[in-house]
Amino acid sequence: MGKIEWAMWANEQALASGLILLTGGIVGVAGQFRGWEFAAYSVAAGVFVCLLEYPRGKRAKGTSVERTGQYCFTVCVKAFGPLTRNYYVRAFLHAAICVPGGFMLATVLGCVCLGIASLIYLAAAIRGEHWEPILPRKEVRKPVAESIKNPPQNPPPRPPPEMRRKQAKDLESAAYDNPVSVTADE
Amino acid sequence: MGNWFVNNWFSAIIISVWMGLNIFLFVWFYFVYEHGEEFYYTRHLLGSALSWARAPAAVLNFNCMLILLPVCRNLLSLLRGSFVRCSRTMRKQLDKNLTFHKLVAYMIALMTAVHMIAHLLNVEWLNNSRQGVYDNLSTALSNLEDDTDDSDHRTTYLNPIRKNDIDPQQIPTYFVFTSIAGLTGVIITLALILIITSSMEVIRRNYFEVFWYTHHLFIIFFAGLVIHGIGYIVRRQNKESYKEHNPLFCQNRTEDWGKIPECPIPQFEGGPAQTWWYVIGPMVIYLCERLLRFIRYMQNVQYRKIVMRPSKVLELQLVKKGFKMDVGQYVFLNCPAISQLEWHPFTMTSAPEEDFFSVHIRSAGDWTDKLIDIMQKLPEGAQGPKMGVDGPFGTASEDVFDYEVSMLVGAGIGVTPFASILKSIWYKFKDNDPNLKTRKIYFYWLCRETHAFEWFADLLKAQEKEMEERGMGDFLTYKLFLTGWDQSHVNYVMVNVDQETDVVTGLKQKTHYGRPNWDKEFEQVRKENPTSVVGMFLCGPEALGKVLEKKCGKYSDVDPRKTKFYFNKENF
Repeated sequence: MGKIEWAMWANEQALASGLILLTGGIVGVAGQFRGWEFAAYSVAAGVFVCLLEYPRGKRAKGTSVERTGQYCFTVCVKAFGPLTRNYYVRAFLHAAICVPGGFMLATVLGCVCLGIASLIYLAAAIRGEHWEPILPRKEVRKPVAESIKNPPQNPPPRPPPEMRRKQAKDLESAAYDNPVSVTADE
Repeated sequence: MGNWFVNNWFSAIIISVWMGLNIFLFVWFYFVYEHGEEFYYTRHLLGSALSWARAPAAVLNFNCMLILLPVCRNLLSLLRGSFVRCSRTMRKQLDKNLTFHKLVAYMIALMTAVHMIAHLLNVEWLNNSRQGVYDNLSTALSNLEDDTDDSDHRTTYLNPIRKNDIDPQQIPTYFVFTSIAGLTGVIITLALILIITSSMEVIRRNYFEVFWYTHHLFIIFFAGLVIHGIGYIVRRQNKESYKEHNPLFCQNRTEDWGKIPECPIPQFEGGPAQTWWYVIGPMVIYLCERLLRFIRYMQNVQYRKIVMRPSKVLELQLVKKGFKMDVGQYVFLNCPAISQLEWHPFTMTSAPEEDFFSVHIRSAGDWTDKLIDIMQKLPEGAQGPKMGVDGPFGTASEDVFDYEVSMLVGAGIGVTPFASILKSIWYKFKDNDPNLKTRKIYFYWLCRETHAFEWFADLLKAQEKEMEERGMGDFLTYKLFLTGWDQSHVNYVMVNVDQETDVVTGLKQKTHYGRPNWDKEFEQVRKENPTSVVGMFLCGPEALGKVLEKKCGKYSDVDPRKTKFYFNKENF
């Protein structure tokens, strides 16, 4: 299992947990359950987790596939710098967020799922992974080489003019074959 | 649209039937619980949430039964074999097994969500009834004692929430975690969520081990599913009680229950667990599949030859007693020295006419890298590590010889099933096999770099010679496309353009550069075969598959007398 980036799975798990927390919270609030305040909290927590986890990070090795429309989220998440880059922070954040969900049945599942996601993030952090934003590659124009700025001062050496002039009498030796066919239609 | 239908009408029918059954089950069971007289009192406590929980449960039973079947590969191969006499269409359907597996999985996920939400409401309302928050009838119903008859130990109360003495907010959670249904429900939903998140495309394609090991949580899923319903939690009024106590008459006379002859205390019973009826069959079949895999693993496999090819491709020639294959089939390989539990699929590159079978393995991840590493360190002529072989399993390639005209497209290592086919053609010609229906084959090989050509080029050279000797130059037309060319290639080719054989491969047919122009290719095939049924076979990336499928649709004619293209795809 050497090449696995746990963060990729943790991300999927956390996104799913956010949705489950959100759903549980909505049911709790809409049904006016006992402890609906916890459900209301779960709605907010679920939305927050979804926003945080929606932009997929860049894979350390291989091509990264973006989620649809994740660019704006990437920019927002990137703005928090080391807080979102570091997976230890994410692991503890998710662990903390999930706790209030355990106080009410409707949100218990979301709590457990987020807890699992937090553990996977912890594993990722221990292995030294971190979150890199997927940004569109900027067009890098090749820097103009130095030599282009100094054109040669002298013309290249040429044989004397007598040799260069095509010999009208000796057409055979003056002719040459094109290596590639130059006919128009082929 | 017409063309899509011609190619996929059977899939459309299967999906419609499946969806129809789902809808039927949902609606049927919804009405059983919504209108059944025995649930009158239950509905008073729970409202429609009862029906909304039971209807998806029925759909879940049905789909959990179906989900194991598409991955019973031996069963599918058996079915496929028995359809050899029947239509090609049926067999094509069996190739889409993984698509169906995923579809059923989505349905399970959706129904689990509905079922769970409805039960959340149920538990909350049952708790409220127990707390006496609702009307007199609800309180009276909830207060019904448990008159368990010693002879049959069945409980007689209606409200399964019996606890009253802890914080009311925590009672639902307590109830769920102390009842079998609740606990198993939470555990198997958790297993399901982990299975789904690790099956996402990103994880499955790039970190296969995570997907494979996590997917085995399905064992916990099915175990929990089977015992999920044994707690008799969904309560209904039992028949004898209903004869004596009519809910419509007695519902407003709760104080008189037990005191007047028309309304004795109502007795309730729970429904028995039903899921195991549905899933026991497929579970047994799947168990047999895994047992078969284990038996095959124990069988002895000898190495005939181990060759390291360029571009990190490993060729293994293996011999196993009693092993019989068809063209283009694949096997699962397991190497305990690398990993005890992982089985990986590889297409075979040898022809059935040979007395061994071979696979070409490309470096594509942890397992393959380690295998190549081990093989490279072996001394000359030594036997390789113990290898378990499961299979062979069928693919679309078996159908190549059933079409009058076949177009074979292999991208990179995707050429492997076609190596098997071309070799088989060679043997069939030598033996003048009358089963060969094919008149013409067009072979397109797309490759990024030249090195990968080498092992296949030998095969093609031999074929070329053979075809010429027998005057069958027309039978096989192949085009090789070098998609990763650069300027140095161009220069080299420009200089050597006059030579008879191709500079890259040494073959008479010249290499093309860049990607094929599919419109041109299809036009050519259509022109040369104006009335035939053409089978298109692809082993390569999804994107290419989508392009070719569209082209097949575009160039097929609904008119049965003209050319028709059928698209077949295999990928793992």
